[in-house]
Amino acid sequence: MVMQAKHAAESVSLKDLPDANGHFGPYGGRFVAETLMGPLEELRLAYQKYAKDPDFQAELDADLARFVGRPSPLYHAERWSRKLGGAQIYLKREDLNHTGAHKINNTVGQALLARRMGKKRVIAETGAGQHGVATATVAARFGMECVVYMGAEDIQRQAINVYRMRLLGARVVAVESGSKTLKDALNEAMRDWVTNVDDTFYIIGTVAGPHPYPAMVRDFQAVIGREARAQILEQAGRLPDALIACVGGGSNAIGLFYPFLEDSDVAMYGVEGGGEGVETGRHAAPLCAGSPGVLHGNRTYLMEDRDGQIIETHSVSAGLDYPGVGPEHAWLKDSGRARYVAVTDSQALEAFHELTRTEGIMPALESSHALAYASQLAPTMDKDQIVVINLSGRGDKDIHTVAALEGIEV
Amino acid sequence: MSRIAARFGALREQGRKALIPYITAGDPQPDVTVPLMHALVEAGADLLELGVPFSDPMADGPVIQAACERALKHHVSLTQVLGMVRRFRETDDQTPVVLMGYLNPIEVMGYAKFASAAHDAGVDGVLTVDLPPEEAHELVDSLKASQLDPIFLAAPTSDDERLRRMAECGSGFLYYVSFKGVTGANRLDIKSVQQKLAQIRANTNLPVGVGFGISDAESAAQVAEFADAVVVGSALVKRIAALANRPEDIAGQAPAIIAEMRRAMDDVAVTAVR
Ligand SMILES: Cc1ncc(COP(=O)(O)O)c(C=O)c1O
Repeated sequence: MVMQAKHAAESVSLKDLPDANGHFGPYGGRFVAETLMGPLEELRLAYQKYAKDPDFQAELDADLARFVGRPSPLYHAERWSRKLGGAQIYLKREDLNHTGAHKINNTVGQALLARRMGKKRVIAETGAGQHGVATATVAARFGMECVVYMGAEDIQRQAINVYRMRLLGARVVAVESGSKTLKDALNEAMRDWVTNVDDTFYIIGTVAGPHPYPAMVRDFQAVIGREARAQILEQAGRLPDALIACVGGGSNAIGLFYPFLEDSDVAMYGVEGGGEGVETGRHAAPLCAGSPGVLHGNRTYLMEDRDGQIIETHSVSAGLDYPGVGPEHAWLKDSGRARYVAVTDSQALEAFHELTRTEGIMPALESSHALAYASQLAPTMDKDQIVVINLSGRGDKDIHTVAALEGIEV
Repeated sequence: MSRIAARFGALREQGRKALIPYITAGDPQPDVTVPLMHALVEAGADLLELGVPFSDPMADGPVIQAACERALKHHVSLTQVLGMVRRFRETDDQTPVVLMGYLNPIEVMGYAKFASAAHDAGVDGVLTVDLPPEEAHELVDSLKASQLDPIFLAAPTSDDERLRRMAECGSGFLYYVSFKGVTGANRLDIKSVQQKLAQIRANTNLPVGVGFGISDAESAAQVAEFADAVVVGSALVKRIAALANRPEDIAGQAPAIIAEMRRAMDDVAVTAVR
């Protein structure tokens, strides 16, 4: 049985966060160089204005429908549910979105905002390359100049996405500093932004960064949970017992969770990259095994050493290889409203194969972490219980990684 | 009176401007730092800015990023940096020392513990690049309780209201970042800096230092004409980097650029007094 604490009293206020200064309890906020404080406030005001503007919302909805392909289906994975022998598993098919992941929900929103703000150049950081591709895609669609920062290490392991971005007309800049992964790409994008702040819009790819990014990206991704909530009510006639999503920075997870925050009977599980195992120290699970600190403009849980230096993360999935996590997740963890767990690289790989063979759906390695946790949780639940998993992306980008791990040359 | 206020007061009486070199503590290796600090004072530095290395120096360009990486190869921690200041103070109890860095190492140590340890070590001011006044109340309270000056950065994008807020919570001096960009970039525009300084002075009585992009004696002298202090970082760190393979030569050779700047700035001051 899944045990759920009641959180009704808290969840009312949970949904109203962040406060005016971007705080989720002690987390979030705006920890950036002074040069960016004015531009962030300008962004906050613009977002606040357009979030309520019916014209803007209509434009966004139209693009989500006709360019992204929303609503994405909610799919009952009957064969896999039967195999696991417990709860009924439903997959929210973000893998079917244009460009193959949930990332585009956010880039369409931010690009429309950039246009309204008169910015002609967009920049982005990327790890797996999915957010980079989603940004390059909207930049092509709106005729904007696009620069994507990507760790040199990630450029190696995500070669296909690098080429996709270049085909779309983006300039991909290899970041050679630090650990040469996503966190360093974010540093470099911030440096670009501080330098070109007058004409440049920084499209952050997850619910991290300084206020208003965590709230804004959440709002753009919350379409996932709004749809899923309506779809499960329609298909099953009731709310799910549990939600599961993988957590890198946390955007696909918060997108699914947010519209359910006040449904106190719906349990929420965020699944972090457990790498070689949380006990080995070689992982990407700040919520499970990190501690609070300040990085990339907000206070949140981090992978850090005793001196406050950020430490390198390890995950088979580039999209989870990040030492921080969105501040709202830090708060959901502390408040007990959501639970955070980790699964290892090999558990995720196993789930990748399992879903591919059982349902004919090839998941992204990031999403495979959520599936792996579901394969542990579902068998402990009754057959009439329901689990909704965010299938955040498709696995095409990962087939080289999977093949290499299995010693196969493609 | 704090060492910083005393130093600015004395310079004002002499009609001179402060020269503030920045180095990253422990770059390229820990034993270089204290002798280098003394050598910089000898070369004409009035205050010292000591960088606390951080793994993710978001506001820094390639030169200081590399300095952080060199120092972190030796695992230079905030505690060790405080130890360096303590050793510096054994033979120099006059020159103010400002720690410059990012919030997280301080956050992890704990604000109150850091502030009292820094005070005990002989630190005078703390400048945290990624801590704007909005988020700074707690740290500012801790620093002030330990008689340390919280030093804030003003930027080209700071409006009057923000400048006033910095003037309220900061003390010692205000640091004006001369352009939109990261440290070490080549974007200094003297005219626009001079204009912004007038706006800053309308909002604060604190001495105003200018940094970012001051790379040679000429630009130092130009800025010294209207600023109270000139901060030099990347230009000096570059010299240190060039000597990274000969660490025994760093204290002897790297400060030459500071001596040149000192001469150029004092020539300007003399002309101005006349
Ligand atoms: C398919 C997919 N899922 C999940 C993530 C992780 O990001 P987030 O936690 O922000 O959803 C990524 C990031 O690249 C991704 O590509």
